[in-house]
Amino acid sequence: MVDVSEATIDGLKKKAVTLRKHIIRMTHNAQSGHPGGSMSACDIVTALYFQVLRVDPANPQWPDRDRFVLSKGHACPVWYAALAERGFFPVEELMTFRKINSRLQGHPELGTTPGVENAAGAEGQGLSFSVGLSLASRMDHKSWRVYCIMGDGEQDVGQTWEAAMSASKYGLDNLTAFIDRNGIQQEGRTEDIMPLEPLAEKWEAFNWHVLTIDGHDFRQIFASIEEAHRTRGRPTVVIARTVKGKGVSFMENKIKYHGAATSDDELKLALAELEAQEAAI
Amino acid sequence: MTAPLWKMESPRSYFAKALVDTGRRNPDVVVVGADTTESIKTLDFGKVFPDRFFQLGIAEPNMISVAAGLAAAGKIPFAATYSVFGAAHTYNVIRQNMAYTNLNVKLFCSHAGLTVGPDGATHQINEDIALMRGIPRMTVLVPADAPETAKCVHAAAAMKGPVYCRFSRTNVPTITSTDDDFAIGHARVLRDGSDVALIGCGLMVARCLEAADALDREGVDARVINLATVKPLDIATIDRAARETGAIVTAEEHTVVHGIGAAVASAIAENHPTPIAMVGVQDVFGESGEAEELLRKYGLTAEKIVDAVHSVMKGRDRP
Repeated sequence: MVDVSEATIDGLKKKAVTLRKHIIRMTHNAQSGHPGGSMSACDIVTALYFQVLRVDPANPQWPDRDRFVLSKGHACPVWYAALAERGFFPVEELMTFRKINSRLQGHPELGTTPGVENAAGAEGQGLSFSVGLSLASRMDHKSWRVYCIMGDGEQDVGQTWEAAMSASKYGLDNLTAFIDRNGIQQEGRTEDIMPLEPLAEKWEAFNWHVLTIDGHDFRQIFASIEEAHRTRGRPTVVIARTVKGKGVSFMENKIKYHGAATSDDELKLALAELEAQEAAI
Repeated sequence: MTAPLWKMESPRSYFAKALVDTGRRNPDVVVVGADTTESIKTLDFGKVFPDRFFQLGIAEPNMISVAAGLAAAGKIPFAATYSVFGAAHTYNVIRQNMAYTNLNVKLFCSHAGLTVGPDGATHQINEDIALMRGIPRMTVLVPADAPETAKCVHAAAAMKGPVYCRFSRTNVPTITSTDDDFAIGHARVLRDGSDVALIGCGLMVARCLEAADALDREGVDARVINLATVKPLDIATIDRAARETGAIVTAEEHTVVHGIGAAVASAIAENHPTPIAMVGVQDVFGESGEAEELLRKYGLTAEKIVDAVHSVMKGRDRP
């Protein structure tokens, strides 16, 4: 059972603000990268890395660790920030993001960054990769689980649905997928680019256990994970309603911040907002 | 030109048997398939090891990524289907999930090249070697015959890293022996010769041997090299052939655009510039027909290799 006491939730909220500050600084420092989708996924990533995942920063290759797969690879700033805060590598290294000779590539690279479990960037491959991991865990009678975060833009990709069919065919109840449903992809609103709704019904039709939550509410995130753990014989997908750019008012729900860094002035404003949030917790 | 009496054998059958053998020896070996498992006989593995066999339907990108996930958790997955689907439909998945990750996925594809036959151009991929050898970290294998296909399975299972192996649907002449040494990265000289080197892969190696016999009758002493590993290329053996013969002809059941001819040409251009001619598919699509008819129509014959030898030797000997 996850501890959902007030103190724990407050601690997670503070951690999420810390990660958001890293995301803003990393992408500002690189003057590129994808802050919007990193911030929308931030609370789910925080919940997983600081309360749920059985991982060992001192031994990133521990065979029985839970696997976290970031299918929406462009949101790697939030992953790197979480890994650094969790102790997989020094926090100072975050500022090398997207720079030459860095272990923190513009999109995740397997084998380079401690704690990174998959390569992603070309969309729509992570759920399939997660299916392979989940099959391996089950074949070996292991208890380690697989968590995969997809973007909603990735729901356009045919391979996502190939993966969905194979996960339900094999009844992979050790696999929990999240869809970061922020409603925005690179060129606009998902419903304008390629309508996804009714999304929950699509996943239900693919024989998944489907939950819809507020992806910024830690208690709802934990409840969905616990329900996924209790669900037998089917994989669970959590459609997490989120806000792109969550946490910085002028970035929220703005298409621009899918793939644009803040300016020097915006950086100050953004950090001031996040610090005010931190102080208020 | 009369072909020697070689036994004709099925690469798929040897592939399937080798898979079961390697599966018996190593419990980490698993197989994923894409609705071609009966045709390419990976179902034989599935019958022996039902818990280590995953039928993923007509969804090759998913098949490759699932294999990559299995490999990331320590399995040795063999992903297998027809070449056109396994190597072409999946290109960016192979690139990102299998090669960039350097994962231990073995992609073994049957039905490569023209000799797929009556199914026609949609199924006759003559571009897969070009695609696969362009990807960093990939090992690319093209066995000469059925017994060598089995050796590729064992060698691929024994090495770490991504492998692509392609072979033909049709029965092919058996020119190697099960006792022959096989090592990835090593091009085997099947016949020594000093006037010209014939470098072939896949079923064209047998045609190189036939051509060498014909050339012998003319007094031309041809070396024959089986280039079963296209990548990493055995540069030492190719260099030696260039140096010692001064004329090279390559032969492949594949387009001459970025195939083994191109690989050999760029190696010798850097190290020992030598006249070279390439026998292969000439940047065109195939068509329906029987395997042998197609090989003839598209110029993949021993006679064409002999013609190419004549022209390349003329180029070399011109003052």
